[in-house]
Parts: sequence; C-alpha cells; structure tokens
Amino acid sequence: MTARLSHRAIVLFALMLALFALTFADAAHLRASRAGALAGEAGLAARLGLTDLCLFTEARYTRHLSQADLHSAFQDHPLAFEHFPSGSLTAPRLPVTEHEYLDRKTKSPD
Amino acid sequence: MIEVFEVRKAFNQGRHNEYWALNGISLSIEAKKVTALCGPSGSGKTTLLTIIGCLARPTSGRVRLKGRDISGLPERFLTGIRRTTFGFVFQQFNLIKGLSALDNVMLPAYPLGGDWRALRARAESLLDSLGLGHRREARVEWLSGGEQQRVAIARALVNDPEVLIADEPTANLDTALSKEFLAILERLAGQGRTVLLTSHDPLVVESAVVDRVINMRDGQIV
Amino acid sequence: MNTWIEKQKALIDFTLASLARRKIRNLGLLLVYALIVFLLASVMLFTHALRKEAGQVLANSPEIILQRLVAGRHDLIPPGYLEKIGRIRGVQKKQGRLWGYYYDAVLKANYTFMVPQPGALLVPDPGKIAIGAALARMRGLVPGNTISFRSYSGKLFTFEVASVLPHQSELVSADLVLLGEEDFRAFFELPPGHYTDIALSVANPQEVRNIATKLAAQLPDSRPILREEVLRTYESIFNWREGIVLVLLSGAILAFAIFAWEKASGLSAEEKREIGILKAIGWETGDVIKMKFWEGALVSLAAFLLGYIAAYLHVFRFSSLLFEPVLKGWAVLYPRFELTPEVDGFQVATLFLFTVFPYAVATVVPIWRAAITDPDAVMRV
Repeated sequence: MTARLSHRAIVLFALMLALFALTFADAAHLRASRAGALAGEAGLAARLGLTDLCLFTEARYTRHLSQADLHSAFQDHPLAFEHFPSGSLTAPRLPVTEHEYLDRKTKSPD
Repeated sequence: MIEVFEVRKAFNQGRHNEYWALNGISLSIEAKKVTALCGPSGSGKTTLLTIIGCLARPTSGRVRLKGRDISGLPERFLTGIRRTTFGFVFQQFNLIKGLSALDNVMLPAYPLGGDWRALRARAESLLDSLGLGHRREARVEWLSGGEQQRVAIARALVNDPEVLIADEPTANLDTALSKEFLAILERLAGQGRTVLLTSHDPLVVESAVVDRVINMRDGQIV
Repeated sequence: MNTWIEKQKALIDFTLASLARRKIRNLGLLLVYALIVFLLASVMLFTHALRKEAGQVLANSPEIILQRLVAGRHDLIPPGYLEKIGRIRGVQKKQGRLWGYYYDAVLKANYTFMVPQPGALLVPDPGKIAIGAALARMRGLVPGNTISFRSYSGKLFTFEVASVLPHQSELVSADLVLLGEEDFRAFFELPPGHYTDIALSVANPQEVRNIATKLAAQLPDSRPILREEVLRTYESIFNWREGIVLVLLSGAILAFAIFAWEKASGLSAEEKREIGILKAIGWETGDVIKMKFWEGALVSLAAFLLGYIAAYLHVFRFSSLLFEPVLKGWAVLYPRFELTPEVDGFQVATLFLFTVFPYAVATVVPIWRAAITDPDAVMRV
C-alpha cells in the first residue's frame, strides 16, 4: 500500500516550508559572519572617499553613477558616442529625473 | 418508501422548444424490492429516475421519501439526501478517466470526511466482492466494459445507500455480461437493498430478479 | 474538526491524483511557474541587498563633491579654484581630489586611477601602486610584481605593486589603482594645481544643503553633489522602471496572464464532464470549488517556495551567478562580491501575494460556472 497522496504532499510542503524558514536563519547567520567584511569595505570607502560601487566598469557614467555628467544619461541616443549595456540597467542620476537641481537654484546659468 | 405524486417535468420551459418529459406520474416504490422502469427511449424513464434520485426537481408534483416531502428542498439538502440515500450507476458509467478503479470507488465519500483507512478498506472489499480485487490499481480506461460497470456499481455502493439507481445498466453490455450484471443484482436484492432501474432490455425486464415492472410511454405510466 | 481535516485531505488526494494524470505537463507547468518566481525573487533579493549594502558602504562618502562643468561635461578644477571657494562657514575641510580613468589595452578593461587623500594610510610611495583585487586577479599580479601602463601621451610607466586591496571590498574597489600624487600627475600629464574635483567635509548635516547652495551661487560653473544624492542614487538603483527589471517584470506579468488565460478559458469539455460526474455522485458545488482551490493553492505555493528558495541560494550562496553577464555588459573587470543577506519580509510577502494569489483565483473562478450546473446534466447526454 503506497502512502496517501495528501500525506506525501504534507511531508513535501513541510520540507519546503522548513527550507523556506531556513533561508531566513541562513541570512541571519551570513549577516553575522559577513559583518566584519562589510565594515572593512565601508572603512576603505570612507578612507578613500569613494562615492560609487564598482559594479559597472565599462563606461564612465555607470562606473561612477553618482558623479556622472548631467547629460551623460541622455547619451544613449542611437548616434551617441557612448553606448553600453549597463546604461540600460541604471537610471539617469536622480536629480535629472525627479529631485531639484541644486545647481539650478542659482540665478546665473551654469 | 418512495412516493411520486402527479409529477410533471418540463425542459426549456417558456421557450419555443419547450418539452414535457413527464406528464403526471404517480407511483410508489417499495423498499427492498427491485423495480424496473420500462419503456422506449424518450418515454421519460431517465427523467423520472433523476427526480426520484434527487438529481433534479420536478416542475410540479410531489416526491416523498420515507414520508418526507423532498421536492421543494434547495440543492444543498438534496445533495445531502442523495449522498446518503442513493447510489447511481449511469448508463455511460461516468467514471473519472485516469484515476484508478479504487480512487473512482472512493470518490463519493470524499466530501463526507470520514476515516480514510476505513473508506479504503470498504472500497477494497466492495471491489473484491465484485471480483475486481486484482484490478483495483488499474486506470479505469484500461478496464473492459463489464469491469467498468462493476467499478461503477462499487462506487454507487461505497456510501452504503439504501437505494441503488441504475440507468440502462445493460445497454452497453453483451448477453454474457448482462447476465453477470443480473447475478450481481440478485445478490444486492438478497442483501435487502432497494433497486430502481430503467431498461428496455427484455433480458432484464423478464428476469426473475425484477420484482415489479412499470411500463412508461410519452411521460406517462401505461 | 477532524471531519473537516479528513475532508480537506480527501479533496487534496483527489486533486493531486487528477494532476498526476498529466504528470509531464503539470510538472512542466510547475517548473516554469517556479522559474518565474525564481527570476523575480532573485532580482528582488539581489537589488534589495545591493541597495542596503551600498547605503552602508557609502554612508561615509564625502558630504559634498564639487565638480566643475564645461559645456555640460565634467571638467578639471583649474588652479586657484580651490582658493576661490574661500571660507564658508560649516566647511571643515576642502580638498582637491585626483582621480581618472585609464583604458588598459592589454586587458581591454577600464581602471580607475586614484590618489588617496593625504593621511588615508593607503598612499603608496613614489613608483608604487595599490591595486584592486579584480584587477590583480585579471592581470595575475601579486605584491612585488611590476606592471607597465602606457600613458595617454604614449610614454611607458612602470609601477611596482605594493599591495592588493582586500578581496572583501571588491564591490567598491575592484578596478582601483591607487598611486601617489606625483605619479598621477606625471602619468596623466596633469599640471600642478589642477584637480579632478573637490571634496568638502561638513560637520553639521543640517548645513549641507545651505553650503551647497552657497557654493553654486559662488561658483556658477560648479555642480555640488551631496552625499544624500549619492545615497539616493543607490537607493533607487534597479528601480522597477529600469531596463532589465522592467523587461523581467513585464515578462513575468505576461507569463502570469498567459497562465491565468489558459486556466480561465482552458476548462475543457473533459473537465466539465468530470465536474458533472462529481456533482452527480454527491459532491456539492462548494466541494468542487474547494477541491479546485486546493489545486491552485498547492501548485502556486509549491512554485513560490521552490522559486524563492532557489533564488535565495542563487543570490546569497552562489553570488548571483546568473546576473553576472547582465551586469558585466561589455566590461572586462567584474567584482566578485558576496552580498550581505538583507531580506525584506514585506517584499517577500508582496512577492508571495503577487505570485500565489492570481494563480489560485484563476484556478477557482472558471470552475464556478461549471460547478453550478445541474447534477442531472451527466444523465442527459
């Protein structure tokens, strides 16, 4: 006599739920074990005055996302000089799209 | 046990294709007897069966089951009565394809939430008693017509109903298998079960198992 | 209570047995479904953890970076500019920074050359450099090796690798080449007094905006970039409106739509007949719907759990392996980093709701119509 289907399902779901719960335990464990590395990373960034993540090294405006020229976000025109895949992964720097332009609050043009 | 009084049933009522399947039927069916409704196709015997078996409600008239009027009850109550009182063997057997014979037999008891082991044991013993013990894990579409009918009978009996209703039980069987069915019928009758069936097969109607034959034509008893 | 549980178990038995009838098809469906959840959950976990990490790592970046713009482009700070700022109240320190890009034709990779701030403890001696771990890996360098770069003017410069920056900080330092100020100026032929930009430290965070406004007024060709802007940039990185995320999201939504459509319109004559049979043998409309609800709930819950667990392993145990080619683009250097698992329970709940709920509904709703048919329908065929 084979095991009843619903019982097999209950065992399977209990297993998956346990694994699901385990991911949160694992996350806590990893957070604790990687805390030192994270602090080291933050320390290095602070000492060097780094402003950006080194995720996209292919183009200027994605390597230093927060330091990019105001207009580089619009250089992905088909005839643009620069066209890199990472440009499609990142948004234009925020001030360009939403927040106020600090440098435009002056009366004189830049 | 079952009394039918002046029952009429219309299909597509109020439309141009309105059709009266039953035109004032009155009869009473005795408990622990085998009753056959006999008549040509279109005589309304299947419709009468659905009304007696609480699958459908009459357009007018009364149906009483053990003295209780059931013709006006809402669907939920009818389902409750049907589950405990009636077991059905359909003409096309209406088994669920892809499932095993055993699963099919157990199906009517699923919504009742009874003990599963007891149910399984009951279904197995039913299949055993019908000579299908060795095929209980087989998918129903792999079974022969006669085997399928026996599965359908086992399914009808799994909730231990007082009344077994069979619609044209021998229509899809050859003579040998029909005789086998009659043998099963005899055993059930011997166990004191009320059986109501429709047929226009002389083999059934003239059989000694059948206690009473009711002839029907054009929605009326003749 | 016991009856209720037994009944649900029996309904689950039936629904699983029904699903098992078309094992390949239904397993395939579950797999595709889990894959969609996996992709969505991977993106969600990755971007959330990355945002959190960026926020923590960059929390101490300079309060204000002052760039000079010429014709809308970042330009060098000319001599005397730093002095022009003069004394602004609240500014603790102002310092010209030197950094720039270098394209290494050997590796076909871009490096960031940078002069550490004086006193940063990382200033290499003349002729020596400190390099990022990814760069060291790609060029096979260890401390003590020498490396030559051909400068933009055509001259060859040879440096000795003094140290390799720690591997754990690759996410911010993978492509860095740290060198002394003289070496930097010589390499890029940058005359004294010129700087890339200016970093200002401000003691009082409340003052930062005022100071930035003053700077912009004082130096009309400058652009102040605040730390809060830097942090905001990374808070909103991989926003749902952005490129790949949007593509993924719309793909997933369409896949769900197809799922739901298939479910809603896919109630075959066979299924309808089966529902009719179930009703005829004594199932109530509610029983049929409950049975179908279990089907939807079990399938979608299984897909969610499988997809989410796989996504968690993918992002935090396998360093988001699948995203690497996407994030890398045409770049050669790519940091090896292990994200600190930051899981947002609210996000997980949202994902759960958006993946499990529609499927369960799409399974149950079309059944409704079929389930309210008269139980005698099967006998009339």
